[in-house]
Amino acid sequence: MTDHHENDQVSNESSLEDAKRRRFLTGITAGFGAVGGAVAVTPFVLSMTPSERAKNAGAPVQYDFSRIENGQMVKVEWRGKPVVLLKRTPEMIAGLEKIEPSLADPTSLDSVQPVYAQNDARADAAKPEMLVMEGICTHLGCSPVEKLAIGPDPEMGEDSQGGFFCPCHGSKFDLSGRVYKNVPATSNMPVPPYKYDGDVITIGEDDGRTA
Amino acid sequence: MAIHRHDNHQSANAFMEWIDRRLPVTKVWNEHLAEYMAAKNLNFWYFFGSLAMLMLVIQILTGIFLTMHYKPDAELAFASVEYIMRDVPFGWLVRYMHSTGASAFFVIVYLHMFRGLIYGSHREPRELVWLIGCVIFVALMAEAFMGYLLPWGNMSYWGAQVIISLFDVIPYFGPILTEWIRGDFVISDATLNRFFAFHVILLPLILVFLVFLHLVALHQVGSNNPDGIDIYEHVDEDGKPLDGVAFHPYYVVKDLVGVCGFLIIYLGIVFFAPDFGGIFLEKDNFAPANPLQTPPDIVPLWYFTPYYSILRANTFNFFWIDAKVWGVVFMGLAIAVFFLLPWLDRSPVKSIRYRSAPFKLALVLFLIAFFVLGYLGMNSPTPARTLLAQVCSIIYFAFFILMPWFTSIGKTKPVPDRVTSDAH
Amino acid sequence: MKLMKNLFVTLLFLSSGSVMAAGGSGAVLDAVPLNMNDKQSLQNGAKLFVNYCLSCHSASYARYNRVAEDLEIPLALLKQNLMFTTEKEGDLMQTTMPVEDAKKWFGVAPPDLSLVSRVRKPNWVYTYLRAFYQDESSPSGWNNSLFENVAMPHALFELQGVQRLMGKMDADELHAMDAHAADAGDQSDAYTVVGDAKFELVHQGMLSPAEFDKAMMDLTAFLVYLAEPVQLKRKAIGVYTLTFLIILMGLCYLLKKEYWRDVH
Repeated sequence: MTDHHENDQVSNESSLEDAKRRRFLTGITAGFGAVGGAVAVTPFVLSMTPSERAKNAGAPVQYDFSRIENGQMVKVEWRGKPVVLLKRTPEMIAGLEKIEPSLADPTSLDSVQPVYAQNDARADAAKPEMLVMEGICTHLGCSPVEKLAIGPDPEMGEDSQGGFFCPCHGSKFDLSGRVYKNVPATSNMPVPPYKYDGDVITIGEDDGRTA
Repeated sequence: MAIHRHDNHQSANAFMEWIDRRLPVTKVWNEHLAEYMAAKNLNFWYFFGSLAMLMLVIQILTGIFLTMHYKPDAELAFASVEYIMRDVPFGWLVRYMHSTGASAFFVIVYLHMFRGLIYGSHREPRELVWLIGCVIFVALMAEAFMGYLLPWGNMSYWGAQVIISLFDVIPYFGPILTEWIRGDFVISDATLNRFFAFHVILLPLILVFLVFLHLVALHQVGSNNPDGIDIYEHVDEDGKPLDGVAFHPYYVVKDLVGVCGFLIIYLGIVFFAPDFGGIFLEKDNFAPANPLQTPPDIVPLWYFTPYYSILRANTFNFFWIDAKVWGVVFMGLAIAVFFLLPWLDRSPVKSIRYRSAPFKLALVLFLIAFFVLGYLGMNSPTPARTLLAQVCSIIYFAFFILMPWFTSIGKTKPVPDRVTSDAH
Repeated sequence: MKLMKNLFVTLLFLSSGSVMAAGGSGAVLDAVPLNMNDKQSLQNGAKLFVNYCLSCHSASYARYNRVAEDLEIPLALLKQNLMFTTEKEGDLMQTTMPVEDAKKWFGVAPPDLSLVSRVRKPNWVYTYLRAFYQDESSPSGWNNSLFENVAMPHALFELQGVQRLMGKMDADELHAMDAHAADAGDQSDAYTVVGDAKFELVHQGMLSPAEFDKAMMDLTAFLVYLAEPVQLKRKAIGVYTLTFLIILMGLCYLLKKEYWRDVH
């Protein structure tokens, strides 16, 4: 290789050049490597975000309710919970008013529901006959049994207007999911957010509407 | 300052000085990187040490992320792997990196061991480096074997069934021992659960500790080189070897090139051929474990096949002891014999460059036997293949048994005084 | 370096050897020309799968919305044609048939098909689907020349029609047929050959033999997709990754050369 003692002047200048080039190359390689490292980390970070299974479990549920007859009820699963879809008859709607004196929270002030369902029918004004409600007793989380018939019922009482009866501890609810007085549960069954699109109801999503 | 320990490591600044008084960062950095001297002529074969370390890190990292989604339960395990492959964002990448990584790890380790063999890295004074390395190899095999059960595919299941049954041949205790290992009368949920514990906790801890020892032992004696000579025989006035360069920056930047080259091959397989033609991921393992149906050909993964071949090759009953017992004994010996290498090798020189012709011939025969055994182990046995496996098994063991003889005959070339190096 | 080369050659030799071993259970398989980038083919395969397979077989690791997204099937169309009304778009593709019933009817539960093309290979699937024939001696009335005495009936007979087994060919005949097919073009009208079996079409279904083969190619392509939905994305990411690494390797090499100029 070159003799370093030949010319100190030249040698100093060239070593300065060397150092500069070396710094530049180190910088650009390190920068490039750092970008690669950051990109390499992303799949690992993303692998900890909710999976397709989690997204699906939490996803809104759609249901074509045109097949539900008057007075008929179906249950749909949403986020692992049973959601009641009940198409109430005019008699059922009429019965709601009659039993208001025996309810604990008739105006749903202390209960969970979207604004558009905070009424006697606890339903969207567009389809007041449709009850959409999480079928879960607000006492300890059992699923109340439907007692849709109007008239005497061993659990619901002599002049039942129809409702729901919780087999676990005997809580009673009307056909709007409103809780009776003097039962273990103290608030009405919750109403999830929902929206209508033609014959299809989407449960779990209401685009943040208030009416 | 009440405690003052003097050493020659100059801290870079006041902050580092504060640290260095309490934690020897600069000292360790200097001793093991900036002032650790390695011969300047280390070649391609010397990439595999740092690559093995990289691979260990990749396996541990990807393993941690797989553990977040995997279920070690016989009912759920198979589905949880498919869940990782499909539902977890980028889970497929993490899983393929881990499954391809297992094979890549063995490729690297085999090449690393071969490097040691050809340049005499097992010889005095590096015997302990070699021995610890052999223990790492055995621990790695256990780690890979247990990891292979976790996907709970049909090949996982039957592979484990066959290998655990090997312990049956141990006189008196065999059947009790196999039951104890499985925790059941067959491979079952209990087996899967304990293999999971070993695979994710016990063996990784052991491996990391052994790798640490491997490095400490190496840095005590210094790295070997392709000439197999001691670079500290010729030092300058500061005691630095004339033929040595500091590991940092010289071998750090060089290893970076090796790392890139390795990643191109490794990730190339991950992205374009993760099954690797059924060698890295066997097709029968895409069906869930089925205790009622054995796959037509039970073959272990490729890195075990040379030993599996030796196991199957023995069909003779010696000394009234069953052939099956001998098969297991020979398989164990085939691995154990690596531990004896430092003492079997009697050659006056270390490196292949100066070895005698008989050694080179023996090495070539050994390599051929090793690859043929590996190939045979991937395929179902026929009478001709069994015969070939027997011949290769004999060559395999002869290489070690005859080593004291063939390393002491023949003419070795003169070893140079200084390392031979030309263009880098 | 010579040793290195030898190692790589040996590795290559090893890999090709076991590929042959993997397919070499002795069965004669027809090669299926798959194009995984052909969305139309995959969509048609999906349609066939849902209509003809999913009633008995599940694909219980796959989700409807993922299939729709990957194969560019509009979600509304998917929901209308391919899903049961009670299912959510992100649900797993389960069958409606209870396992106990299936066991009663077929003797075995129909296997999940999510991974079938990775357990069996695509050529096997393609050959198997076309190898059903009428056989009065079997409980289902059907048999399969590739998978003897299979419990599954011919689910696709309304498409293919009914074929009868004329006989199996040995290696010489197959070889002669290959040579013949090379210069004479198509097979004769009198019979069709699937794998090593010769069939005569007793009664044609909704599709012509050529259309049926194309449909089975689409179905096979869909099953290959289904076994690893990420495969196309995987390769695309791979191209970027490797390009980046090659550039990085170039930079590292320059850096190494720069530093190693110190070393004489």
